Amino acid sequence: MSGRFFGGVHPFYNKELAGSSPIEVMPMPEELVVHFSQNLGAPPKPVVEKGESVKRGQVIADAAGFVSARVHAPTSGTVKSIGDYPNPVGTDMPAALIIPDGNDEWADTCDNETSTGDLSAKDIRERVMQGGLVGMGGATFPTHVKLSPPKDKKIDLLIVNGAECEPYLTSDHRLMVERSGGIIEGAVIFTKAIGAGSVVVAIEKNKPDAVERMQRAVEGRDGLRVEVLDVIYPQGAEKQLIFAITGRRVPAGGLPMDVGVLVQNVGTCYAAYEALALGRPLTERVVTVSGAGIVKPKNVLARIGTKFSDLVSYCGGMTDDAGKVISGGPMMGVAQYSLEASVTKGTSGIVVLRSGEVAQYTGDACIRCGRCVDACPMRLLPSALSIYIERMNFEMASEYNVMDCIECGCCAYVCPSKRPMVHHFRRGKAEVRKISEKAG
Amino acid sequence: MIDAVITLALLALAASFGLAIAARIFSVSVDPRVEVIEDALPGANCGACGLPGCSELARRIADGKADIDACPVGGEEVARRIAEIMGQDFEGGGVRTVAMVMCAGNDEVALKRFHYNGIYDCTSAALLFGGNKACIYGCLGLGTCAGVCPFGAIDMVQGGLAVVNPDKCTGCAKCLSACPKGIIKMVPVNRKVHILCSSHDKGGKVRKYCKVGCIGCQKCVKAAPEGAIEMDENLAVVNYDVEIPESVAETCPMNTIVVGGGVERKAAAAGGEG
Repeated sequence: MSGRFFGGVHPFYNKELAGSSPIEVMPMPEELVVHFSQNLGAPPKPVVEKGESVKRGQVIADAAGFVSARVHAPTSGTVKSIGDYPNPVGTDMPAALIIPDGNDEWADTCDNETSTGDLSAKDIRERVMQGGLVGMGGATFPTHVKLSPPKDKKIDLLIVNGAECEPYLTSDHRLMVERSGGIIEGAVIFTKAIGAGSVVVAIEKNKPDAVERMQRAVEGRDGLRVEVLDVIYPQGAEKQLIFAITGRRVPAGGLPMDVGVLVQNVGTCYAAYEALALGRPLTERVVTVSGAGIVKPKNVLARIGTKFSDLVSYCGGMTDDAGKVISGGPMMGVAQYSLEASVTKGTSGIVVLRSGEVAQYTGDACIRCGRCVDACPMRLLPSALSIYIERMNFEMASEYNVMDCIECGCCAYVCPSKRPMVHHFRRGKAEVRKISEKAG
Repeated sequence: MIDAVITLALLALAASFGLAIAARIFSVSVDPRVEVIEDALPGANCGACGLPGCSELARRIADGKADIDACPVGGEEVARRIAEIMGQDFEGGGVRTVAMVMCAGNDEVALKRFHYNGIYDCTSAALLFGGNKACIYGCLGLGTCAGVCPFGAIDMVQGGLAVVNPDKCTGCAKCLSACPKGIIKMVPVNRKVHILCSSHDKGGKVRKYCKVGCIGCQKCVKAAPEGAIEMDENLAVVNYDVEIPESVAETCPMNTIVVGGGVERKAAAAGGEG
């Protein structure tokens, strides 16, 4: 049985809304808005021009530096324009508006099956980079960077993250049920690149069908096993997951590679399988469209660049009392002000809540009840931190390790004063970063 | 009884000798001017000079390591007094500069994208889609600059806009780094013509977002003396080295160019609402 990290919360998971509906392939929308910046790190540089016709899998933006990931055309069609379009995580950002031609033709270099058995570690990294892979759990960190640890860091374990602890989201769950073979193939490719001997597929207890499928997929294979985890949020957070499985603690400010572990989301593993074994760069992903505000919650295989409005109407539209749209899950996702934003590589779901379910910010004073201290999986003191930041004492916030906050939202979830804790910490982090930049 | 008095008196005598000797041996010579200069400085410890506080600046001035007009807050008057203390001549410096918020997009004229329901602070608001104003360059109006101003010189006018009162502003520039949008600039107090916009968006977008934004039409550039107004990526920017006639303001089709700009603006805003 697995271990258990400190803290955490038990939100209402509401996974039954979309959990049992198989992945549906979304019909091609009339237009796709493909953002160039879909990764953490340097925004890739566009390499197509207005009016150019593109094929599916053609590179439309090339990596700008090492920590950057290529973007490919999600279908064949014409680039109608290049300009700033709404992005689900920030202000309007440069994107290509592509009008699909309906043929959905692959580029010549793509869609050719190859054997991955004899690829060297360097080849794998190169092809992962060419496939435009990023962490698909939501963080969108370029995958080839994660596969290139410094020489002195020995990685012995790959954790395939299928915990999916965010409420409502079931995209990873459905992927594990329906595409277990591909996920394992992708994981095996990753182990070759980093030289890890063993693979653990981590799944929360509340997905018995996924556990069963994955167990069948790893049967008889050396060094691969499935680990069933307790249901607690944030079980799928990298540091918490590593501790639950191995008992190793990632040092403050450190990376999983510091304790010899690499964590990859199941979606990323599947994308690696598609990119390397099938020759298909990352052009689509599974998006959960769920919540009480959605008429027919579904798991949809959507092209990158599909507008939220198209996805929502494919799922029967919104109910009359829909009150809040969130890109991602309700714990860590970002509220949207319009449905104009489009799916990026990190969009795991769209959750629409009814207006009655939406808590309004009141900003009451902290009553020092300490519930957040019990809930914080990073063992920080959220109550003290939020007060320091409120009083603009960023030096103390830094001393109390605000930079270690993973923004999971457990503290805000349990706060009886409904304080906007994560918002405070994001501000604190921004200010601390500003101060340390100034200090050089 | 008398023994005790004598013992204590002797002890006191011995101790005072000790102190007198210690004072001589360990004495630190302090420039007497430091204290006087410190008294002449405003004493706000605002840090505008770049030093930890007024006493540090006083020490540097006395040592000759800082200029006599190094205190931007005190201005000419303080510099003159320090010059007197230091026995130097002060010819009267340049013109005082004051902060100015380069945005006039209050709630009536600037479009909002969504209802912001978070922490009442500009830096926090800017973390979410860059704030709720459609114009990403616009003043968010939550008063973070007013909060950091040590002199109470920034007023939040009705309709969510920060306006600097040039009479109270000492030019410490603390608000410049507090503003997450970076739209506060230092301007010479004697200049009257200002372009109150920071948007680098193209004209069409600006028209959609704001009724008083600079659309980059360049009419003012042509009307003003050469080099007085320069274009910087769709935005007309005043070059304060050159005097601009007030009539240039009339050429602006968007009323982005204003004459005055500080207290006058606040009065206008208040009058408009009332």
